[in-house]
Amino acid sequence: MRITQGQFSFLPDLTDEQITSQIQYMLKNNWAVNVEYTDDPHPRNTYWEMWGMPMFDLKDPAGIMMEIRECRSTYPNLYIRVTAFDSSRGWETPRMSFIVNRPPDEPGFGLVRQEQSGRHIHYTIHSYATDKPEGSRYR
Amino acid sequence: MDDDSEQVSDATPVDLKKVYEESNIQEVLDQLEKELVGLRPVKDRIREIAALLLIDKLREQVQLSAQSPSLHMCFTGNPGTGKTTVAMRMAEILHRLGYVRQGHVVAVTRDDLVGQYIGHTAPKTREVLKKAMGGVLFIDEAYYLYKPENERDYGAESIEILLQVMENQRDDLVVILAGYKDRMDKFFQSNPGMSSRIAHHIDFPDYSAEELLQIAKLMMAKLNYRFSPDGEKAFADYIEKRMQMPNFANARSIRNALDRARLRQANRLFASHGKALTRKDLVTLEPEDILASRVFAQQPEQ
Repeated sequence: MRITQGQFSFLPDLTDEQITSQIQYMLKNNWAVNVEYTDDPHPRNTYWEMWGMPMFDLKDPAGIMMEIRECRSTYPNLYIRVTAFDSSRGWETPRMSFIVNRPPDEPGFGLVRQEQSGRHIHYTIHSYATDKPEGSRYR
Repeated sequence: MDDDSEQVSDATPVDLKKVYEESNIQEVLDQLEKELVGLRPVKDRIREIAALLLIDKLREQVQLSAQSPSLHMCFTGNPGTGKTTVAMRMAEILHRLGYVRQGHVVAVTRDDLVGQYIGHTAPKTREVLKKAMGGVLFIDEAYYLYKPENERDYGAESIEILLQVMENQRDDLVVILAGYKDRMDKFFQSNPGMSSRIAHHIDFPDYSAEELLQIAKLMMAKLNYRFSPDGEKAFADYIEKRMQMPNFANARSIRNALDRARLRQANRLFASHGKALTRKDLVTLEPEDILASRVFAQQPEQ
């Protein structure tokens, strides 16, 4: 099951050229750009691992593309996303975020029913990938 | 798609004039000519490089050249001969011709590239490289990167990363190294990899006394000052004397001398309480502003 998080996730995966122009847009707006990765695809997993430091004061997407390529070659089977953080007052939040790499095989989510008192049922979703311990998911 | 499959015959006309005009390169070259006094060999080399790049663009249009040219350069010369200024112009030329995308210059020295402890250097160098991408990375006094007397120096690590990016990401980044000629030669001798990746070596000659006076007048005009006729003579004398002294840094020494002359002028005007001042007094440097310099004072002793 293809996970859909962040921008453009209902579109086909962006090509490097498209990613470059999105990053150009981020830089044009003076946003700091992060490259992040994770092996836990749950939608509530907000804090992904950071690949290096956030990148400030860049003029050209080439530097960020270099980091993305390097992150991809290190973690070809993990989710990698690019986030743009706007530090201007009133925003102080990520303004853009989209996935640039995903595992070849995404096992998807199962529905978990929890029986409560009085025949109540609580529902939650559980990623099959996280059945395995961290670091050995998506191999 | 169709264009690629099309065969280009040898008779295909090329429009040199159009490419030339589109790039607006003459404007930058004229500016270079106007703003920089002297430096004939440098200007000629830059014109040559610009012409080569322009022709390469044309060749690309008729599907001739495939490999992007190596544009890394090395500027050698004494301090104050205009290496940084020329690097800025070079960035603009490359930008107009489309060889760098953004055309900014990131000027760094050893401190910005080399870290202080193990594992600090690589991220630091990469950070600088990333900032410079799409533009020109200007490394001043590049030979300090390599310290042969200390084999555990982190400079070598920085050079290694630099070389890798210079080779693999030629389209993203142009590196210009700058420094004294003799030390730069030594640096290249001990780093053959660096030397072979740099296509253009440009040597900046020292300025002559007349050129320095011309530079002084240009600087003054920019600051809305001028010499009185006697003041100009005094400054010409000053240049002659200053050139003989140690630590002479060409245009930079001239700039400093002018700053001090302005200081003395301000002091002189300040001290002349009773006199009615005019606009002319405010813009004119008199000989006494210049003759009060240390350079003249030391002369009799020697």
